[in-house]
Amino acid sequence: MQDIGSAFAMALGLVGAGDPVLGEIVLLSIRVSLTAVALAALIGLPLGALLAVARFPGRAGVVVVINALMGLPPVVAGLLIYLLLSRSGPLGSLGLLFTPTAMVIAQAVLIAPILAALARQVLEALWEEYAEQLRSFGAGPWRAVPTLLWDGRFALLTVLLAGFGRASAEVGAVMIVGGNIEGFTRVMTTAIALETSKGDLPLALALGMVLMAVVVTVNALAQGLRGVAARWAG
Amino acid sequence: MRAPDSILPLRAEGLGFGVGGLRILQAVDLAIEAGAPTLVIGPNGAGKSTLLRLLHGLLGPTAGRIAWSGPASDPARRQAMVFQRPVLLRRSVLANVLYPLRLAGLDPAAREARAAEALALVGLTELAARPARRLSGGEQQRLALARAAALRPEVLFLDEPCASLDPAATRAVEGIVAALAARGTKIVMTTHDLGQARRLAGEVVFLHRGRVLEHAPADRFFAAPAAPEAAAFLRGELVW
Repeated sequence: MQDIGSAFAMALGLVGAGDPVLGEIVLLSIRVSLTAVALAALIGLPLGALLAVARFPGRAGVVVVINALMGLPPVVAGLLIYLLLSRSGPLGSLGLLFTPTAMVIAQAVLIAPILAALARQVLEALWEEYAEQLRSFGAGPWRAVPTLLWDGRFALLTVLLAGFGRASAEVGAVMIVGGNIEGFTRVMTTAIALETSKGDLPLALALGMVLMAVVVTVNALAQGLRGVAARWAG
Repeated sequence: MRAPDSILPLRAEGLGFGVGGLRILQAVDLAIEAGAPTLVIGPNGAGKSTLLRLLHGLLGPTAGRIAWSGPASDPARRQAMVFQRPVLLRRSVLANVLYPLRLAGLDPAAREARAAEALALVGLTELAARPARRLSGGEQQRLALARAAALRPEVLFLDEPCASLDPAATRAVEGIVAALAARGTKIVMTTHDLGQARRLAGEVVFLHRGRVLEHAPADRFFAAPAAPEAAAFLRGELVW
């Protein structure tokens, strides 16, 4: 068992030296999570906006289901995607299991409900304010969806950042569908889990530091956005 | 007198509106003709805002009907409304004016021209690029007026547009309303400010407890109101 102090020193050294293995893992993590957020946003944001404006029987039920899916455990999401993509699964012929694409899909499935649920909350408040004025202009709920998505843009960006934070920090889903293959599907969280269990604390700590730095950056961005939003939203 | 394709006069027949057991408007018969502004006055809770929303089509009547005139297939497109608290989009001043013009199906060049003209009318040309929601209360209401005016509605509904404004801003808004009226826009406006009603009204609709008690030319109404409640209201007594 190494001394924790020296592990920290070695971790800082790895980060400072721009260790290529470390860099590869960090870049793959960010690439996978960003792609997953983009994919989830394409589905989650319009869905949230629709739920904010539409009134139909069963709407309350849909909202409850989506809110519940926010808490979907990553390992369960990973398991479902694994079953879909495994050789004998319905999408097995695509050969996607244990690839970065599978990891993107799993993370997108995990965060799409989060984006949809948060977007619905944000946009429902906006719709309450806008509804009468937009109807006066002759815009019904359908026309309101793009308007709300645009006028809620700053709030929605913080929603996206929340989704990115969740995606980049989860380990269960990418571990199951990615397989943590060195140089191919190994990302920060799976590497930390592996290196810790192997006892290679410096690399685990170095990755942990980078992950924390990413999370702090994301939150700083969110805070900055709130400032810009306040300027426009008054 | 009236243009052949005018949507006026607007007629309300036996108009009523209720929520649950509460009857907010009852048996309103009203004909609103083209011409000088119609001011809807009455104490708080008389149903003024509800009447405007019914006429504009934001609420559906629970009794009676509203009928616009003429052959216009879509009278909703020929009217606009400005609310007591302006609802401004989280965009620039100019984008706020352009938004309904695009919904109305105007081509980009026409939209720009109309928006520039409307902003000039309300004196906000200099602020066109500013975020709309950072404007002062008076500027926000002027922007709401510009946005409605740019649509060149035949009828413009105004629901207490000066209720939360200071005297200077109120004067500016009244000036714009008078200019629009002079341009031929039919103004239908609620107010609880009798001074404002005297300054702007061509005719007055006096509402009391959800009923129209009087509908008369402004000079006659203010000189000799027929309804005792209207007379009491004009004397500044508390009627409700």
